[in-house]
Amino acid sequence: MSTLLKLEQVETFIGQYHILQGISFEVPKGEVTVLLGRNGAGKTTTLRTIMGLNTASKGSVLFKEEEIKSLPTYSIANKGIGYVPEDQGIFAGLTVEENIKVAVKKENDETQQRLDWILDLFPDLKKFWKKPGGLLSGGQKQMLSIARAYVNDNELLLIDEPSKGLAPIVVEKVMESIQQMKDKTTIILVEQNFMMASTIGDSFYIIDDGRTVSNGSMNLLREDEEMRRKYLGIA
Amino acid sequence: MDVLINLSLNGLATGMLIFLLAAGLTLIFGLMDVLNFAHGGLFAWGAYSGIWIYTTTGSFLVGILGAILTGMILGIITERWIIKPVYGNHVQQILITLGLMLVLSEMLKVVWGPNQISAVTPDYLSGSWEFGGIIIIKYRVFIIAVGFAVFLAVQYLLKKTKIGLVVRAGVMNKEMVQSLGVNIQRVFMFVFMIGAGMAALGGMLLGPYSGVIYADMGMEFAILAFIVVVIGGMGSFTGSVMAAILVGLSGSFMAYYVPDLALAANMLLMAVVLIFRPQGLFGAKG
Repeated sequence: MSTLLKLEQVETFIGQYHILQGISFEVPKGEVTVLLGRNGAGKTTTLRTIMGLNTASKGSVLFKEEEIKSLPTYSIANKGIGYVPEDQGIFAGLTVEENIKVAVKKENDETQQRLDWILDLFPDLKKFWKKPGGLLSGGQKQMLSIARAYVNDNELLLIDEPSKGLAPIVVEKVMESIQQMKDKTTIILVEQNFMMASTIGDSFYIIDDGRTVSNGSMNLLREDEEMRRKYLGIA
Repeated sequence: MDVLINLSLNGLATGMLIFLLAAGLTLIFGLMDVLNFAHGGLFAWGAYSGIWIYTTTGSFLVGILGAILTGMILGIITERWIIKPVYGNHVQQILITLGLMLVLSEMLKVVWGPNQISAVTPDYLSGSWEFGGIIIIKYRVFIIAVGFAVFLAVQYLLKKTKIGLVVRAGVMNKEMVQSLGVNIQRVFMFVFMIGAGMAALGGMLLGPYSGVIYADMGMEFAILAFIVVVIGGMGSFTGSVMAAILVGLSGSFMAYYVPDLALAANMLLMAVVLIFRPQGLFGAKG
C-alpha cells in the first residue's frame, strides 16, 4: 500500500517551548492511522504542524512525496487535506448550512453526493440546517466539523479527539461515522479513548514527550498490555 | 415639527458619513484584529482627491469614483506595506497607524497646500424641497440615500456572496478559514480595500456637505468613528450603522437643544453603553 503522508524527524517550537522533538511516521493510503499518547504529549501539535498552523523548524512533511512543510495552511488544505480540530472550529454565528458552504471548494455533483451522504449519516445537521452553529450541542458540533472536512474530495482527514467531552451514545455515533468514512478516505485520528481508537484504527503510533516512541498494527497494541500501561496509562 | 425633521435629517446625514468611515474600521478590526488609526487619513485623502477631480473634470460622479479609487489604492498600499508587518502586535499597530495618519495629513498639505479648500455642491444636488412648509435640503437626502445604498450593498456582499461568507467566518475564526483552504491574506486585502474605499467616499461626500475640506478633518472624524465602533460593538457591521445613526442624531439634537453639552454627548453615550453593555450594542461577548 502506498504512503500518502510521511513525517521525518519533525520538530516544532511553540514560542520558546520545544513541543515536537522528533516525530516520524507514515500514513498508508486508505488506512486509519491512530496517534496515541498522554495529554500534552504533542499529538495535537503534530496535526497542527501537518496543517501548517504551527511551523516545523526541522524535519520534513511529505504529502504524496511533495514537501509541504513550508507551505501556508490554505495551500496545504487545497492539496487535499481536511482538518477537524480539537475544538471543532465551528463558526458560531453562521448557520449549519453556511458552515458547510464556506468549506465547499467546488460546487458540483460529486460534492453534492458527498454532502447528501454525510447528511444521511448525521440527520441532526439536516434538522438544524438553518440554525446557528453556536446553538448546536457538543456532539452536533463534532458532526458538523467532520461533515465540513468530508464535504470536499480530501484525500486525507486529520481528526483531533472527536470523542472529547461527548456523551457515550454520541461517541458511538461519531465512531460509526468515522468507520464508514474509512472506506472512502485516509484518516489520521488523534484519540484518547482507546476503545474507540482500537476499534477504528488499522495502525498506531505512540507519541511521548514530543517523540514517536512506538508503532505497529492496532492488533499488536490490543495485545500488549505492558505498552498500553507504559505510554497510555491504561491496562 | 420642521425643526425636528431637519434635525433628524441633519443627524442622519452626519451619521451616514460617520458610518462610511466606521464600517471599514469595524470590519478591519473584526477580521484582521487591527486598530487602524490611519483610517481617518484615507477619509481625508478621499475628500481631497475627489474634490480635486470633481473641480478639474466638472463631474461630481467622476469625483466620487476617483475618491473611491484613491481610497482603495491607498488602502492596498497601507495593508500590504505598513500594516502587514505588524499583524498581531497591537502596540506596534497603534504607533505605526497613528504615524501614518500624521503622514497622510501632512502629505495633503504638501500636495494641496495648508489652507482649507472650498467644495461646492453640484447644481443638481443644490437647493431644497419644500413640503408643507418643511424645507428639506437635497444634498442631505442624497448623503442619506448613498449611505443606505452602501449599507445595503455591503450587507448583500456579506450575507449573499461566498466572499462575504468567508469574511464573516474569518471574523469568527481566522485559523479555521485557512484550514478550509482560503487564502486569508487575500481576504484581508479585499476587506481593507473595501473599507478604505468607503472611508474615501465618506470624505468626498463630506466636502459639499460642510462646504470646506481641510487636512485635519480625518482625525476629527476618526475619533467619531472610533466612538461609533465601540458603541456598535467592535467587529459588528450592523452595529456600526446603528451606532453611527445614534451618534449622528444625538450630535444634531444636542447641538440644537443643549449646545454646551454637544461635544460631550458622544462620549457620554459611549460611557453609558459601555456601562450597561461592555461589548457594545451588537458586539459578541468575550
